[in-house]
Amino acid sequence: MKYSSLLFANLFRKKVRLMLTIGSFAAALFLFTFLAVVKSAFSRGVEVAGADRLVVINRTSIIQPLPIADRDKILTIPGIKAITHNNWFGGVYQDEKNFFPQFAIDIENQRMVFPEMVVPDDQWKTFLNDRQGAIAGARTAKRFGWKVGDRIPIKTTLFGGPGAWEFNLDGIYHNDRPGGDESQFWLQYKYFDESMPADQKGLIGWYVIRLDNPEDAARVAGAVDAVFANSTYETKTETESAFAASWVKQFGNIEFLILTIGSVVFFTLLLVTGNTMAIAVRERTAELAVLKAVGFSDRAVLFMVLGESILIAAIGGTLGLVFAAAAVPVLANALNGLLPVLVVSPVTLLTGVGFALAVGALSGLIPAFGAMRLRVVDALRRV
Amino acid sequence: MVRVDGSGSGGALIQVRGVDKNYSRAGEEIHVLQSLNLDVDKGEFVAFMGPSGSGKTTLLNLLGGLDVPTHGSITVDGDEITHMSAGKLTQWRARHVGFIFQMYNLIPVLNAFQNVELPLLLTKLSKSERRQHVEAALTIVGLAERMNHYPRQLSGGQEQRVAIARAIVADPTFLLCDEPTGDLDRKSADEILDLLTRLSTEYHKTILMVTHDPAAAERAHTLLHLNKGVLVEGAHLDQVAGGVA
Amino acid sequence: MPIPVVYNFRSVRARWPSAIVAVLGIAGTVGVFIAMLSLAMGFKATLVSSGTADNALVIRAGATSEMMGAVTLDEVKIIQDAPGVARNGSAPLVSPEVVVIAPFPLRATGTDANVQVRGVSGNALLVRDKIKIVQGRFFQPGLSELVVGRNVPDTYNGLNLGNTVTFGGGKWTVVGIFDAGGSAFDSEVWCDSRVLDQVYKYPENIFQSATAHLTSPAALQEFKDSITADPRMNVDVSREIDYYAKQSTRMTTLITILGGVVASIMAFGAIFGALNTMYSAVAERSREIATMRAIGFGAPSVIISFLIEALLISFIGGLLGCLAVLPLNGLTTGAMNWQTFSHLAFAFRVTPLLLAMGIIFALAMGLIGGVPPAVRAASRPVAQSLREL
Repeated sequence: MKYSSLLFANLFRKKVRLMLTIGSFAAALFLFTFLAVVKSAFSRGVEVAGADRLVVINRTSIIQPLPIADRDKILTIPGIKAITHNNWFGGVYQDEKNFFPQFAIDIENQRMVFPEMVVPDDQWKTFLNDRQGAIAGARTAKRFGWKVGDRIPIKTTLFGGPGAWEFNLDGIYHNDRPGGDESQFWLQYKYFDESMPADQKGLIGWYVIRLDNPEDAARVAGAVDAVFANSTYETKTETESAFAASWVKQFGNIEFLILTIGSVVFFTLLLVTGNTMAIAVRERTAELAVLKAVGFSDRAVLFMVLGESILIAAIGGTLGLVFAAAAVPVLANALNGLLPVLVVSPVTLLTGVGFALAVGALSGLIPAFGAMRLRVVDALRRV
Repeated sequence: MVRVDGSGSGGALIQVRGVDKNYSRAGEEIHVLQSLNLDVDKGEFVAFMGPSGSGKTTLLNLLGGLDVPTHGSITVDGDEITHMSAGKLTQWRARHVGFIFQMYNLIPVLNAFQNVELPLLLTKLSKSERRQHVEAALTIVGLAERMNHYPRQLSGGQEQRVAIARAIVADPTFLLCDEPTGDLDRKSADEILDLLTRLSTEYHKTILMVTHDPAAAERAHTLLHLNKGVLVEGAHLDQVAGGVA
Repeated sequence: MPIPVVYNFRSVRARWPSAIVAVLGIAGTVGVFIAMLSLAMGFKATLVSSGTADNALVIRAGATSEMMGAVTLDEVKIIQDAPGVARNGSAPLVSPEVVVIAPFPLRATGTDANVQVRGVSGNALLVRDKIKIVQGRFFQPGLSELVVGRNVPDTYNGLNLGNTVTFGGGKWTVVGIFDAGGSAFDSEVWCDSRVLDQVYKYPENIFQSATAHLTSPAALQEFKDSITADPRMNVDVSREIDYYAKQSTRMTTLITILGGVVASIMAFGAIFGALNTMYSAVAERSREIATMRAIGFGAPSVIISFLIEALLISFIGGLLGCLAVLPLNGLTTGAMNWQTFSHLAFAFRVTPLLLAMGIIFALAMGLIGGVPPAVRAASRPVAQSLREL
């Protein structure tokens, strides 16, 4: 870069303005990252849902149970690799605010249906043989400072009246998929079922099926629902991602909201930075004219002005992304588990950098063209 | 009477005694004015000439209370301004000094009337009194009918006349002119000089003017040369008359 | 000795492109700020207005919502006899209720949402006396009939007056629409609790909650003391209003935190923008400022003048932001009530208080963005600036 010394000299001519412009870019990119993270937190379930999994729920609603006896009937349908069942265990750890999902699971099959949730074999073995055992996701364990071997009291009112259940934390699972859920808490279905009153025994919340072949999803789902059609417990079977998506939709139009806010933010900051660039060039009109008078080509002047704004955008944008990456974990803590997972993905970061450069180029373009088209004679006299 | 030897009686309107002004630029001490003395009586019209860097503008700034000397004292109408606080100095300027600049320095977003009215906002005059004063000042400079024009709608000479109206509207003790014709063509410059001469002769204003323009200098009663920070008495009006066209 | 405000108006007008940018920056920030808060306010208001001060809600001890836990018929009888309970003639105004959720497709997206179905007793409208039937009639006890909240027909498919729908294995007819004054009940579907129990094959004498209408708001203490002192009872008693306020906390916390982060970061951007605008204004007008100072305007006058200008810009920005979000007022959207997993329709609420907060927010940004440039303007050496080009 032959002109880089000139470019840098111009950059630092007004330090306060440089800082402010970099600051606006940083704010814009921080917000971009933040909104992207929140948006993906809401749609995370859909994104990481296994393509080869089906969820079977009671047609009436998710809170109505299904009999455990249905399992054998479902297994007669060809194309099923494994099936597990879960129950919602709406317990409270210490305080209502400490929300995390707890499931009573089918210990024989859970790992075959959810292979991405990895528990070390020795821990799993302990869990299998411990009636009051439990497995917690890494995120939840970290959040409450749990270690393997801890005794965890959980209060619940949903089943069997009030009272604290105590669990031994036998293991911690990690999720293989980036951004996958690590917040669940698993307990043994058998232990759970034993505590149920007689009329609620043998009932499960929902089944999760893992298919041999994802392309079979529609056929298997149809077959399952057909088996139970017109029975006391009709079922509704859908892919895991459709199931997750229908939850997300109920949160309201999050995507629309975020897109709207995001574009307001971007439009606003584009204007702010673009204006600053324009001011910076306008103030230097005479100097740019001098450069052209001494023989700099139109294009050289264009690239110099453009280069300056892109450089500012790159610095500011990077700063914003770094801040955001640092701030997101803090925010996740402040939200106290209200949102599933807040992760800054490399894709988000790359998109952010791209955005910053685009905004930089765009905001520099108008003044740069103005500078390029400047007529030396006019400019030198325009004081 | 104008004296530069410090021998003034003490009755002079402006008394400058032993003024030094030093700047330090890039670590180097520059002596702009050295042991300068000056006495100007009421009603005088003084022109200062001198090459670039001779300290003309510095002297003007000191007299106008925009800057303070390194040593020495300046007394105007009995008030010593050299030891005033910045706030006091501001008030003093409002009362006593009328500035006329080379670049006119009108406020572009205010029209002629509003520009001239500015100094009066610092007084206790009522709105109608202000209007009378502004109209009177604009009539003196011959622009009464242009009072609703904005600076960009006026020629350079007209702008400078508005600036002069602004300088005289509050009836200051003296006028300070910094190259008042420096940015004007000959014809406009002459009009401005006629106006200043009239202010001096008809209205008995005390005027101190820095200029490069010999034609401007010749209008003054007294011409002083400033050279390397030292004032030298130049020729009197009648002596240079006819010397320069 | 103030510099005339007309100077600021004219100066803003003279540099309009730059001023507009600052105005839009502030308008955008204020708009987002108010929109997020109005969302949170709307959600909260909907839930809070669901409760009334003279109603008490009785649920299983330790339960976080009606959905969890059970209240037995024996317990309901004790509640009916408790002191403080209002009566219609000799009948106590207590509605033992069963709550389930049923999936109905959202009109907006076509996907299923969980609608809260509430089995109530025949005197439910006497217990919740603010709720009125506005179309059709109340259900006939013993029949599988539904009355639905005002928002229901517009939010979900298939629940219009006169329609027959199937859920829980039963066939139901919508016979009436009720108006619950913008509360969460407006998103609910009501039916006879005994019919609901039968259809869902629930045990007949188990309810999930009981709502008691009290003789006065002050009667709560007496009512609560009597019930909690009873050794046969294992329940929590709360004022209905408090119960619903608590339900709204999770969602409002979420929206408030998210909105707070977004608005404060945006505020940074907007303040930077305002600073830049004002700094460049100061730079462009340094000769004007010096002239004013030479004429005799003091440093404080200059500072005040520039602050007025910054506040002017930010006030216009704030006003614009307020105007932009005003149409949001009353706009209905849906969200999940996290405590009950049910879908809830609610409206944005742009209140005068929020608008005032928005304007104050804007002025604060203007102040922060205006002070440093104003101070700089006043502290520049006059003599030098006078001759600057």
